[in-house]
Amino acid sequence: MTDQNKDIDTHSGTETTGHSWDGIKELNTPLPRWWLIVWYATIVWAIIYMILMPAIPALPGMGTNTPGLRNQSDRDNVAVAVQELRDKRAASSAILLDASLEQIETDRELQQFALAMGDSLFGDNCATCHGSGGRGAKGYPTLADDVWLWDGTLDGIQYTITHGIRDPENLDTRFSMMPRFGRDGLLEAGQIDDLVEYVVDLSGREADGAAVERATPIFAQQCASCHGENGKGMRNVGAPNLTDADWLFGGNRDDIYNTIYNARNSHMPAWEGRLDDASIKALAVYVHSLGGGE
Amino acid sequence: MGLMNKHVVLERHSLLLTICILIVVSIGGIIQMVPLMYMDNTIERVDGMRPYTPLELAGRDIYVREGCYVCHSQMVRPLRDEVERYGHYSLAAESMYDHPFQWGSKRTGPDLARVGGKYSAEWQVDHLKDPRSVVPESVMPPYAFLADKTLKFDGIKDRLKTERLVGVPYTDEMIENAKVHLVAQADPDNLGYDDVDGLVEAYTAASGREGTVEARDYDGDPTRITEMDALVAYLQMTGTLVDFSTYEAGDLKNRR
Repeated sequence: MTDQNKDIDTHSGTETTGHSWDGIKELNTPLPRWWLIVWYATIVWAIIYMILMPAIPALPGMGTNTPGLRNQSDRDNVAVAVQELRDKRAASSAILLDASLEQIETDRELQQFALAMGDSLFGDNCATCHGSGGRGAKGYPTLADDVWLWDGTLDGIQYTITHGIRDPENLDTRFSMMPRFGRDGLLEAGQIDDLVEYVVDLSGREADGAAVERATPIFAQQCASCHGENGKGMRNVGAPNLTDADWLFGGNRDDIYNTIYNARNSHMPAWEGRLDDASIKALAVYVHSLGGGE
Repeated sequence: MGLMNKHVVLERHSLLLTICILIVVSIGGIIQMVPLMYMDNTIERVDGMRPYTPLELAGRDIYVREGCYVCHSQMVRPLRDEVERYGHYSLAAESMYDHPFQWGSKRTGPDLARVGGKYSAEWQVDHLKDPRSVVPESVMPPYAFLADKTLKFDGIKDRLKTERLVGVPYTDEMIENAKVHLVAQADPDNLGYDDVDGLVEAYTAASGREGTVEARDYDGDPTRITEMDALVAYLQMTGTLVDFSTYEAGDLKNRR
């Protein structure tokens, strides 16, 4: 294979490798010129890329990698992109921030904007619990009706979204704590059974009269302070109305027993910090518009 | 052609050729990996990151066992739409105590890197038991059995020790109290342990930031500690540790 004894195949005119197996020789065909050019070009490109982009790691103890002439950074880019988006939204957000919730709801254009924004935010953040369109589920309040545990006004909804309900991380969260009457031994099983009948009776269904009578003083003593003497609930502590047919955790006897025994005290995360003020405002208007806003 | 001719030597000695191939191939790998082990900007300097509590670690093991990573990534990429939807892009520091990490690009379900605190623990339990009860369009399989399975944590002390072996800074005190801490976090009221303070103190000290340790009955069944407790404890912590108010995105060492 040295230059001195090149073996040229007579048929193709190409050099052979010089190996011979039973008289069969292997051609040493050179790589196509176009292929070689492309190959060299990629090497040149790799060098250019290393100069322009962050590429070469520093030696130990010498800090970071070379930043590259273009000073490219994915993290800087995304910060710029997010900022651009914010700027684009800023004009409309500013209008939302400046206007009061009532103004937003009465100004047709503003309202349309807030509803469109609220709709997409709701789908991404709220519908997971409250269901699409706010239809709710067992344990997750329906937002599309006029039953409100805490507050159904625009300001009230905004407050709930901002601070959440029983969110341990938020100081201004809406808070109340129903005692676990059964689990913590505050009432005996028989008393809870009687109370269940009392609550069933409150909601206008047929109940065991004797049990209702036995439970009357218990209700007055244990439950009325939050649910009211007539069981109509109290908004300021989020105590639900027990006299209607709406049940957050189910209205049959088992469910009610369970609620009294273990208490529910469900919780909703605060959204301040996760969503900006304009988004929360838009969401408040959206939720208010779902059907039962006050 | 002088140098080229030396190639004949390689071609005619198969062992030598094998060794030289290995050397050439490993150069690429070494250049990619080795600098990451000493460079200043491999892992960002952040406040708040702490080792996982024993209960969170047990939950993480269930997360891995059930193959959650097959459909869920834990990596918010630095792209505008991802940051808009999930929150701040993930940092390397946030998975520095992960063995193995749960990054990925395969998302049948949403990214979970910032799911902690986004929903209530009750929601997580309902959703794991029957995903379609809360998200009708979901294709996730139900994991109701987790609520029926009592968590086995006899080996949790050794589990922490193993993590320390690979670089997670668990203290002697954390390892010694692993079992007590686990029980305290899952059921602070009911099992007669009074060690919630010990747990919160130890892990708050490690984090350097208040409010990163939550102790509660996660699954709604206070009579025992289930795998559901552990998994939900882990999920509710995910992505909440780093204090982004002190994170300097512009710092040269944090640039990527």
